[in-house]
Amino acid sequence: MLTFKGGIHPPEGKALSEHKPLKRLSLPDKVIIPLSQHIGAPAKAVVQVGDAVLTGQKIAESTGAISANIHSSVTGKVMGIAHFPHPVSGQGEAIVIQREGEDRFFEYPKYTIDSCDKETFLKVIADMGIVGMGGATFPTHVKLAPPSWKKVDMIILNGAECEPYLTCDDRLMQEESRKIALGLLLMVKNTGAECGVIGIEHNKPEAYEKMSEACAPYQELRVSLVRTKYPQGAEKQLIDSLTRRKVPAGGLPLDVGIIVQNVGTAFAVYEAVYEGKPLIERAVTVSGEGMKDTANLIARIGDTYERLINEAGGMSDEASCLISGGPMMGFAQYTSQQLPVLKGTSGILVFTENQIPKGRENPCISCGACVTACPMKLLPTQLVTLVKNKRYEEAGEMNINSCIECGSCAYVCPSKIPLVQYVRLGKGALRKISARQRAKKEEAK
Amino acid sequence: MADKFFVATSPHIKKNISVTKVMWLVILALLPAYIHTVLLFGMNTVWVSLAAVAGALFSEALMQFLFKKKITVHDGSAFLTGLLLAFNVPPTIPLWKVALGSAFAIIVAKQLFGGLGYNIFNPALAGRAFLMASYPVAMTSGWTAPAGGVLSLNPAVSQAAADPAVAKFLDSVTSATPLNALKTARAALDDPALHEQARHVIGELFSKDSVFNAFLGKIGGCLGETTALFLLIGGLFLLITKLADWRVPAGYLGTVALLTWAFGGIDGLFTGDPLFHLFTGGLMLGAFFMATDMVTSPITAKGRWIFAVGCGVLTFTIRMWGGYPEGVSYSILLMNIFVPLIDRYTVPVSFGEVRS
Repeated sequence: MLTFKGGIHPPEGKALSEHKPLKRLSLPDKVIIPLSQHIGAPAKAVVQVGDAVLTGQKIAESTGAISANIHSSVTGKVMGIAHFPHPVSGQGEAIVIQREGEDRFFEYPKYTIDSCDKETFLKVIADMGIVGMGGATFPTHVKLAPPSWKKVDMIILNGAECEPYLTCDDRLMQEESRKIALGLLLMVKNTGAECGVIGIEHNKPEAYEKMSEACAPYQELRVSLVRTKYPQGAEKQLIDSLTRRKVPAGGLPLDVGIIVQNVGTAFAVYEAVYEGKPLIERAVTVSGEGMKDTANLIARIGDTYERLINEAGGMSDEASCLISGGPMMGFAQYTSQQLPVLKGTSGILVFTENQIPKGRENPCISCGACVTACPMKLLPTQLVTLVKNKRYEEAGEMNINSCIECGSCAYVCPSKIPLVQYVRLGKGALRKISARQRAKKEEAK
Repeated sequence: MADKFFVATSPHIKKNISVTKVMWLVILALLPAYIHTVLLFGMNTVWVSLAAVAGALFSEALMQFLFKKKITVHDGSAFLTGLLLAFNVPPTIPLWKVALGSAFAIIVAKQLFGGLGYNIFNPALAGRAFLMASYPVAMTSGWTAPAGGVLSLNPAVSQAAADPAVAKFLDSVTSATPLNALKTARAALDDPALHEQARHVIGELFSKDSVFNAFLGKIGGCLGETTALFLLIGGLFLLITKLADWRVPAGYLGTVALLTWAFGGIDGLFTGDPLFHLFTGGLMLGAFFMATDMVTSPITAKGRWIFAVGCGVLTFTIRMWGGYPEGVSYSILLMNIFVPLIDRYTVPVSFGEVRS
């Protein structure tokens, strides 16, 4: 079966929620919509306190080459623009909208695959604020408009969903396979690619079947099973598994003629084009052993973690850890109150006290488990030793910047060394060093 | 809602494995061989191993106390060092000597280098080397061959021991280890007077019965030299649980087998007996439990191959041409020195990396 070298097999945890169909949440009374929900420059608010807004109306505008529009996810009144908890950055500026009544939709033009040319397509994607929904939230219109000298021959749709516990992509593929296939077809057609390939881990046979059926009418599309292994859904690893092409270190998938998008993004692209619907809601898995019950929910952007958790069944008394995203690469949260669901929120996981990894950091015993697990074929333990000794440049020579921070090394480490944290530290120090060197060069000129 | 959550950096789940667990699992893997040795040598094994383990634990606690470090004697690593050292000494060694060996292993080879994870040499083997240098007689005599035949260059002795009437009065006989016998016999080949008997001894050593006895542990030797079968069982457990990399025993045993088969015979190329060499001496123990020591072996797959083949070549060289009949411990200790160098030159090409 198609796969890559390295990686790990953590317990999947998907049985908790994989059989729960997507359920649309009732409308929240209030939404908190952060201005920074994507990689790149935060959006700039274009509404003022007191303004009445419709569902889908643009409330913040893209600022710069890499940025994205943001839309109101309810019909109501802007109550304020202030700082709120943010699942990724801790705190962030957000627009608060009080809902007034049912949805009244802001109208956008609708297209079909035949009535939508390339220019229109990219404009629609940009206008509707579509970003990568796998978690990295890179603005989709930027990714789908590569520079003219880069030839794209394949769009890969990431349906691996390799993070344990998360099942929202799985459910989306089962329930919205036709729309996802059309979303992919739109992307293939409008980037001049020859084909679209959907990669799905082999622990999701139903999703594979549904997607295969949905793709059957289109000869450009095919669906491939890949081995269930973490991090199968990491961009470079998925490309390697499906095509054996190796994205060069420091490069992008574009360098090997490929663009990778998440299945959720393809669904959002379909809705934007066919239904004129901006990105105002998404599928979220609420799960974990610290929950009384679990759910796969369709939630409005800006709805709070607290409400989603309660709607899914509530936390148990043993709940002691809240994660935004998956357990391998997600972010631990200090509160669920007033914590908004973002465009990139794929999961809300609650774990119990005894699931939290404990134990102090012990000395490395050179067991090499991290070396075997690293999907980027780095030597994690040596990188950590170099970082600990502040030998950042040497860590750079050992390709520390190639690290994708998947956490496989830290997962397998018997000495409980927080390897990813040390690597992040080293990367940060290295960035500062190279910035200083650049500045020096400029001065010399 | 109690909104006081535990916050940490990703990943938020970790494999249920720890250094302590790794150490005790390796100790568990030694258990079959240990039980077998107790059956072979009786309470001697128990006393020797107790002395070795006690010496190791005491030294570890003492050093950590003196260095004002956290006392971690429960992590199993010192216990393992002591037990491995016990496997490396003859059953008749005075107990204080083996305890002293443990103390050397822990204090000099481990704690003075910085403790667990920082030592360059395998502590148990360093302890053995110390004992070999300090008490060569205690370390190389007093072998008891539990129930095997007795091979001697003096045919009368061999015949007398083989006589059933005599043998029934012997439940163990002090004799040379098979490798010792081989070394002596090989040296005697050049002596015209002993040539025939030496050929006979080598033939006997390489015979099916002799190799089978070695496999089952019916030979003289250190505690852990005499139980190829049971070490193999423990070794397979280590490989299955991935506590040891299969490349190390495969490379080590493979190299020794190949070289002894090709050059170990007395009638030209490819007349040697690889099985005899695999099942005698400390090779099984060394290949599965010593060379695979995580701290003192390379971290890269390629590095482990180099390390293992290096151990194999050295072991063969010492057995064939060295002053000692057996070379496993020195081979591994010598290769330990090269580990940082091997790691440095076997850095794998990372994903997408283009090397000029």
